[in-house]
Amino acid sequence: MTHVLAAGTNTDSIAVESVFWILAVAAVAAALAMILVPRAVHCALMLAVVMLCLATMYAMQGAPFLAFVQIIVYTGAVLMLFLFVLMLIGISSADSIVETIRGQRQAAGLAAIGLLILLILGIGHAALGPATLSKTAGGPGNLTGIATLIFTTYVFPFEVTGALLITAAVGAMVLAHRERATPRPTQRELAARRLASGHLAPDPSPGVYALHDSADRPALLPDGTTSEVSVSSVLSPRDPADERRFVPPEETLEITAESGEWEPSPSGKADS
Amino acid sequence: MSPVHYVALSVILFVIGAVGVLVRRNAIVVFMCIELMLNACNLAFVAFARMRGNLDGQVIAFFVMVVAAAEVVVGLAILMAVYRARRSASVDDANLLKY
Amino acid sequence: MTTLTGRALADAVHAQALTTVPATGALKLSWLLLAFPLFGAVVLLVGGRRTNRWGHLLGVAMPVAAFVYGAIAYFTLLGDTNREQDRHLYTYILVGRFQANVNLLIDPLSICFILLITGVGSLIIIYSVGYMAQDPNRRKFFGYMNLFVASMLLLVLADNYLVLYVGWEGVGLASYLLIGFWQDRNSAAVAAKKAFVVNRVGDAGLTLAIFLMFSAFGTVSFTGVFHQVPSGGNGVATALGFLLLLGACGKSAQVPLQSWLLDAMEGPTPVSALIHAATMVTAGVYLLVRSNPILAVTPDARLAIAVVGTVTLLFGGIIASAKDDIKKSLAGSTMSQIGYMFLGTGLGPEGYVFAIALLLAHGFYKAGLFLGSGSVIHGMNDEQDMRKYGGLYRFLPVTYVTFGLAYLAIIGIPPFSGFFVKDPIIEGDFTEHGAGGWVLGICALIGAGLTAFYMTRMMLMTWHGKRRWEAEAHPHESPPVMTWPMVILAIGSVGAGAFLIINDRLQNFLAPVVGVPPVSHGFVTTAGIVAFVLALAGVGLAWLMYGRIPVPAVAPQGNPLVVAARKDLYGDAFNESVLMRPGQWLTRLSVYFDNRGVDGLVNTTAALIGGTSGRWRRLQNGFVRSYALSMLAGAVILVALLLAVRL
Repeated sequence: MTHVLAAGTNTDSIAVESVFWILAVAAVAAALAMILVPRAVHCALMLAVVMLCLATMYAMQGAPFLAFVQIIVYTGAVLMLFLFVLMLIGISSADSIVETIRGQRQAAGLAAIGLLILLILGIGHAALGPATLSKTAGGPGNLTGIATLIFTTYVFPFEVTGALLITAAVGAMVLAHRERATPRPTQRELAARRLASGHLAPDPSPGVYALHDSADRPALLPDGTTSEVSVSSVLSPRDPADERRFVPPEETLEITAESGEWEPSPSGKADS
Repeated sequence: MSPVHYVALSVILFVIGAVGVLVRRNAIVVFMCIELMLNACNLAFVAFARMRGNLDGQVIAFFVMVVAAAEVVVGLAILMAVYRARRSASVDDANLLKY
Repeated sequence: MTTLTGRALADAVHAQALTTVPATGALKLSWLLLAFPLFGAVVLLVGGRRTNRWGHLLGVAMPVAAFVYGAIAYFTLLGDTNREQDRHLYTYILVGRFQANVNLLIDPLSICFILLITGVGSLIIIYSVGYMAQDPNRRKFFGYMNLFVASMLLLVLADNYLVLYVGWEGVGLASYLLIGFWQDRNSAAVAAKKAFVVNRVGDAGLTLAIFLMFSAFGTVSFTGVFHQVPSGGNGVATALGFLLLLGACGKSAQVPLQSWLLDAMEGPTPVSALIHAATMVTAGVYLLVRSNPILAVTPDARLAIAVVGTVTLLFGGIIASAKDDIKKSLAGSTMSQIGYMFLGTGLGPEGYVFAIALLLAHGFYKAGLFLGSGSVIHGMNDEQDMRKYGGLYRFLPVTYVTFGLAYLAIIGIPPFSGFFVKDPIIEGDFTEHGAGGWVLGICALIGAGLTAFYMTRMMLMTWHGKRRWEAEAHPHESPPVMTWPMVILAIGSVGAGAFLIINDRLQNFLAPVVGVPPVSHGFVTTAGIVAFVLALAGVGLAWLMYGRIPVPAVAPQGNPLVVAARKDLYGDAFNESVLMRPGQWLTRLSVYFDNRGVDGLVNTTAALIGGTSGRWRRLQNGFVRSYALSMLAGAVILVALLLAVRL
């Protein structure tokens, strides 16, 4: 299939043409969807669609290496990095539809239409010739040709780009680094703190006293009411009125300083 | 298809990406629109390479991808840092440098 | 070359005499004329209080020395065939083709004035040794007087209008300093300012005349201008004539610039005598007579001069008749007499000689009258109101006699000076300027009667009648240092007129400068007889009003003319309403315009910029998306431009 696509000449077959049109429409639709849908994750997915369409188009134009690089690096690594950060930051953060800056949308639309018209005009006037057969069509092949170019004509940008990658990696590490304001507490210090606070045992992890093990169940506050914010906004919290309210036990058992005996706690509240 | 069609498609995608940068408020989505614009440029490069019959355009597109990757790394790291400080990922919230 | 006779010969002599020759012999030292008084002024003013003890002696010696040299120069000139001699001192301005030198021109006209200034000036300065004896600032007084003498001499010695203007301004300055000499008196300071400012208006006329000369002729020297004026075109000459008239009006206190002269009487009496009677106020007449080649070409300017003179002689006479202050009455009289001189100047070649003759004789008798009045004021303990005088002839006999001789001279009784010098002017009116001349002549005759009236009034009120003194008045005669100058001036009052006019002596002397009059009258003419009769009538009327009935101690109300005359015929009111108020409105308008208009413009510009920048900074709203929008817009514009260029 690659060869068929890579041998693109002026007189392309119907198949190639129809593939182009389908891909083109899909790409444009996905791009439009990307800028219109409110949820960020959907945007990322639309971008993935666009990239895949483009990869196919590269392949159709006799750039197989580029097509695979697009899929592997761009879609597979860069876009996944986007999704990763999305998850970290705010998967639930949805853009509100209301525009806060006055006239921004109208101005943006106007400028975009203007740019579109101008560029199409420019292209229309430009003397874009037909596709010419690649000089290396029957020769070393696409990959060899690219490699030759990279390591001869473009070796300097190649080296610089390498330096750029290193810099980017170092920069990312620096940005992610958090400077400790105080020295890291040692284990001994942590233990001493715990003893001083009187709170020796770790708190029960969330959900120990939960009656239900479901993400759409709201968590309980110390006074027994439910916390609405504990449920992710992408889920609809189940109506807490449906369920029994959690009733804390009459008494809890606690070691006091004097007696050393297990005694009921005076508050009668569950440990939070 | 003649390269003109590809270039036209590239223009359309570029403009859509530009609009997206202006209109979306989530910083990550803005970033993604920038990536869209870069992809559109790549498409144009490849089309021109096919038109001229040599592989220079593809090599440049390759470099664009590399640079885009580096840029994404740094950009997202910055975003993370800002989010950690401000607890918000909206570009509108970083508006302190104003009159 | 044909032989010229009569008028043609005179004109040829006149034309030839417009050229000057370099000075020879004793006249080479003519710079001494300036050096003596200037030296005195500098020493006295710069030396300060150290020179107080002997300052007055130096102040007297310098003008006397100048007079001595002036006499030497006069006799040298008489003995020389070249009557116009130029002593080059230094080149003042040399720019391109324009040159103005400081040269001293000794010719008949200037020598007359030199003798008058130094002679009468010396006498008055000697007089002021006695008059200012009690004044602690006497030394400064002499310094200023010497400065005045130096400036006035520069004025008459200049051989171009520019240096004349320097002297012109110098006498203005000296006049200002001397009128306001008693600085602690507010009225004196105000009067000095007024004199200076009104003079400035006249000076503007002279300045414009000099500018016009430069632009039309390219030179301001007398010879240069006078040679080119006949060919310069009628408009230029007429304009020059009117501008020079304006300048002369300012300096000589003629209508419409006459309001300062009466106020100038605030200065000490010697100042009034020297500056405001004999010399400075006659500088205007000098200017016009010197410029006679210009006036010869413009009958319009001459008529204007004659009209101004006529109006002023009536003006001054009316004012003088109503003033009770002796000095102010004399000032009005001066104004009137100079009006006669202007009238004479306006008659053309006929009248120049008589104007100068009147000027010289007037210098004697008016100075004598002023010095006499000073003597009376000095004897009456600084009292100047004539209503508080009366019956003084026993107590100040010398003053009485000199004053009386001058009085007879001024009213034109033969054989005293006034008769000889004034009547030709009146006679000349009827022959020159056609029908208008008759009007001028009749007004001059009326003026003669007025002169007799107010002078007789002054005599009767001051010297005769009942004593209306204040209780502590002890009238006493002045010391000899004051009486001797008066005596000498009285001799001049008596004889000067006859000396100048009989045998056409002055006329022949001045012929090279002013030309020869076309027709010569005798000195007994119809107009003269009529004038004499009118003078007697004036004397009689004054005797009726002031001699027979006792003079009231407080001035009675009087008819509207008297009231108006007491207010200087509303001269001040006129100046105020026509000139001062509009000037003030103009300045207020300018201030308003400056505050609102100019400042408003500037402030508006600033506010505009501030406001605009205030608006524009709102573009920095802090939103990244706005900035991205502007980037996109910029990119669109760039693409559009690129396409526009390429397509």
